[in-house]
Amino acid sequence: MIDQHFLALLVVVPLLASPLCLLLPNGRLPWLLATAVAWVVFALAVFGVFRVYGDGPVSYWMGGWQPPWGIEYRLDALNALVVLIVAAIGAVVVPFAGRSVPAEVDGANIAGFYAAFLLALCGLLGIAVTGDVFNLFVFLEISSLASYTLISQGRNRRALVSAYQYLIFGTIGATFLLIGIGLLYAMTGTLNMADLARRLAEVEQTRTVFTGFAFIVVGAAIKLALFPLHLWLPNAYTHAPSVVSAFLAATATKVAVYVLLRFTFTVFGLEFSFGAAPLSLILATLAVAAILVGSVSAVTQNNVKRLLAYSSVAQIGYMVVAIAMVTALGLTAATLHLFNHALMKGALFLALGCVVYRMGGADMDSLRGLGRKMPLTMAAFVVAGLSLIGVPLTAGFISKWYLVLAAIELGWWPIVAVVLVGSLLAAIYIWRVVEVAYFREADDPARSEAPWSLLAPTWLLALANIYFGLDARLPVSLAESAASVMLGGAP
Amino acid sequence: MTGAEALPLALAIPLLGSVLIALLGRWPNLREAATLATAGGLFLVVLQVLFGLLAGEPAEVELMRFLPGVPLALHSEPLSILFALVASGLWIVTSVYAIGYMRGNNEKHQTRFYVCFAVAIFGAMGVAFAANLLTLFLFYEVLTLSTYPLVTHKGDDNARRGGRVYLGVLLATSIGLLLPAVIWVYSETGTLDFRPGGILEGHMGGIAATALLMLFLFGVGKAAVMPVHRWLPAAMVAPTPVSALLHAVAVVKAGVFTLTKVVLYIFGLDFLREVPYEVVAVYLAGFTLVAGSVVALYQTNIKRMLAYSTISQLSYIVLATMVLTPLAEIGAVVHIVAHAVAKITLFFAAGAIYVASKKTEIHQLDGIGYRMPVTMGAFAIAALSMIGVPPTGGFVSKWYMIAGAFQHDYYFVLAVLALSTALNAGYFLPIVFRAFFRREPEPPARDHGEAPVTMVAALAFTALLTLLVFVFNGPLVTFEQVILEVAP
Repeated sequence: MIDQHFLALLVVVPLLASPLCLLLPNGRLPWLLATAVAWVVFALAVFGVFRVYGDGPVSYWMGGWQPPWGIEYRLDALNALVVLIVAAIGAVVVPFAGRSVPAEVDGANIAGFYAAFLLALCGLLGIAVTGDVFNLFVFLEISSLASYTLISQGRNRRALVSAYQYLIFGTIGATFLLIGIGLLYAMTGTLNMADLARRLAEVEQTRTVFTGFAFIVVGAAIKLALFPLHLWLPNAYTHAPSVVSAFLAATATKVAVYVLLRFTFTVFGLEFSFGAAPLSLILATLAVAAILVGSVSAVTQNNVKRLLAYSSVAQIGYMVVAIAMVTALGLTAATLHLFNHALMKGALFLALGCVVYRMGGADMDSLRGLGRKMPLTMAAFVVAGLSLIGVPLTAGFISKWYLVLAAIELGWWPIVAVVLVGSLLAAIYIWRVVEVAYFREADDPARSEAPWSLLAPTWLLALANIYFGLDARLPVSLAESAASVMLGGAP
Repeated sequence: MTGAEALPLALAIPLLGSVLIALLGRWPNLREAATLATAGGLFLVVLQVLFGLLAGEPAEVELMRFLPGVPLALHSEPLSILFALVASGLWIVTSVYAIGYMRGNNEKHQTRFYVCFAVAIFGAMGVAFAANLLTLFLFYEVLTLSTYPLVTHKGDDNARRGGRVYLGVLLATSIGLLLPAVIWVYSETGTLDFRPGGILEGHMGGIAATALLMLFLFGVGKAAVMPVHRWLPAAMVAPTPVSALLHAVAVVKAGVFTLTKVVLYIFGLDFLREVPYEVVAVYLAGFTLVAGSVVALYQTNIKRMLAYSTISQLSYIVLATMVLTPLAEIGAVVHIVAHAVAKITLFFAAGAIYVASKKTEIHQLDGIGYRMPVTMGAFAIAALSMIGVPPTGGFVSKWYMIAGAFQHDYYFVLAVLALSTALNAGYFLPIVFRAFFRREPEPPARDHGEAPVTMVAALAFTALLTLLVFVFNGPLVTFEQVILEVAP
């Protein structure tokens, strides 16, 4: 059964578990259920990745209805990687939530929190696996609504405003996508991605298709927080509970990047997206601005969660600039960074979650002297921070290597400079944290390390940064086949 | 044990040693024994690699596949053996010295100190034996990051500021300039292997090659060519054993070693002669050489003066490398050794003076030669080597550099060498004069004799090595000539 239906199960299991969570009493039970679901999903994702690499793309017809009438779920090299990222981060983050969520979320809302979390997981996986554009919109809304709920659970009252801000931006983005999808449907009469790609070729020089394209690209750009549409992101990540920041930072923007890739490369096709419209230039320009503005803003932040949020804006810039290159190497770099950035930001936010658990806040002041007080937590932060900077022997270095190599191959020297300046700015903002933690004295220097149930997931991700920095074969080969899928070669 | 078996061990020993030192942190005597055992073991292993090479079996070991076409790999060739021998040999001496220094000063966090020291040596060994540019770059960064906790050892504001400059300059140059240079080479040639005669020939030319050369020259911040030299004086906030081994030998020599390796095995001498404006590198090094000496002339703090002298001396090596004649290359290589043993002696002496008398300024040294005759005697020998007077190692290297410059009739180089010799004499001889020919101010601020015996033994030994480099320069030069024979 699993062999046939794993693609549907990937979405259905968290979807059904979510209302079950609501029925459970507040306490540890909802957490146990969520953990079990996250691990099952992870197992399914790993199975899926092996299937795709063993036998090629997998297609699943929902309810047995043949596409393009029925909804098709499809797993190829590109979305297998995205599914793997989402499921893996979910499986690591939920165990962390066991200790962290009761400390940061109102006790009466625990069951609801996990219900929303599972819905978010379901939505993100759904976006990744579906082969139907309207279904994609539905899952986008599921994940977005769940995310708004999750963010609003932060103890600080500003979490409500942040969630509201995100809701406004997110809804505009989703509406743009919906308008775009509607226009495409009006022109072609189909919603299946593969079918759309075939039929669009006949009508692609019409103004309606161009308009639809523009709506979809802008909608995706809002969801992936591309500068200057990133304004919702810093607040959302800062005020959300730590687990939510870690989960969303590592997965939500990545899935949005995937949406952009899927539409531009699969649905509209390379020639249309980057030939007829000056998309490459626009994306590259905005990405450069994102890298510089995001990094400089990060340097000036006083709250470390906010600092990491701005750093995410910059990191998304790296992915987008790599996409704008539209070469095999560039797309490899983009997908690779998708994977590596999930690892580093996940680890960084989880380490901060440990800090918040013990110190009650994540501003620079509460990090004073933590090098002594919480040595293991801060060591994990430093490892992930080095990866973010792109120091050799970490995953971040591999990303940077491919990114710079792709830029040099094209002769885009200004991009090379921007990427490296971005790395140096990353070194500055990470080092600000390191200096506070290791050189300033805490008021109460007694050792108070986070419990192992928080440390284990944090270190798992931190060590993954080192492992994939030493042996990058798996992500590199995944990224290379994803790039060849996008460029239309054999997967 | 063959050379190929010994090669991975040269990396494994200091790394495992650091773990062992960390585990033994609670028992200082055992911990120090672990440091000495690791250092001794490493030296023996490096000797094995040397014997393998002398027996005509150059070793090449692939550790793991890293990126397509670029494995993490090690190899042995005369230049790497030389650097590894210098770093690992002097590590033993420095460990002996450091035990006296750290205990004599009652320093805090000694376990962290020895652990980071061992990791830094691991980085230096990796740089020495790297078989390609990427492997070298990886270990180059290991060396930068592992020495940061050593530089900021004191943990006060001064140390933090020093550490900030240190890490800032070294990371900015390596990530901002060296990394793109490495990736550029890979993008043009598809390989990063060090090959005799270089790999760039036929792939690149004209002004692009000049740009690449400049990226390397400034990207290797550890070579301290002005204006990327600022980290070196900043690093002087570190405890003296760190300054002695790392900032006079391992770290800075890793810099000039990298440049020499890039010149010989990536560009190749013949190709580099065709690169337009390659002579700019000579002028930059010449300027640093003279300017470093001039700044050293005005320093009042002993360690800062030694730091600027190091900047100047490093540029001797860069300059000699960029003269691009065989004899000058030999001069550059010999100077790596000659400067290492002499400068470590000078730092050891500065540390011994500090431990014995708490003096750090030059003007306080009046008459100190009578209280610490061995220390100041060793200082005098090392100072002569800096100036380049026989019978010291510094004379040998200067001899080859001048001979190399004559091969090309490089009068700029000759003038710079002459000028800097005068400047070196100008700031080293007054110290020797003060120590032996001036009277101590009355009454002596603090009654003291020589520093602890382990420190004095260490510095006397390195002073002796300075003399031995002069006496036994023949084998050294013949051994290194192999580099040029394989790279015609």
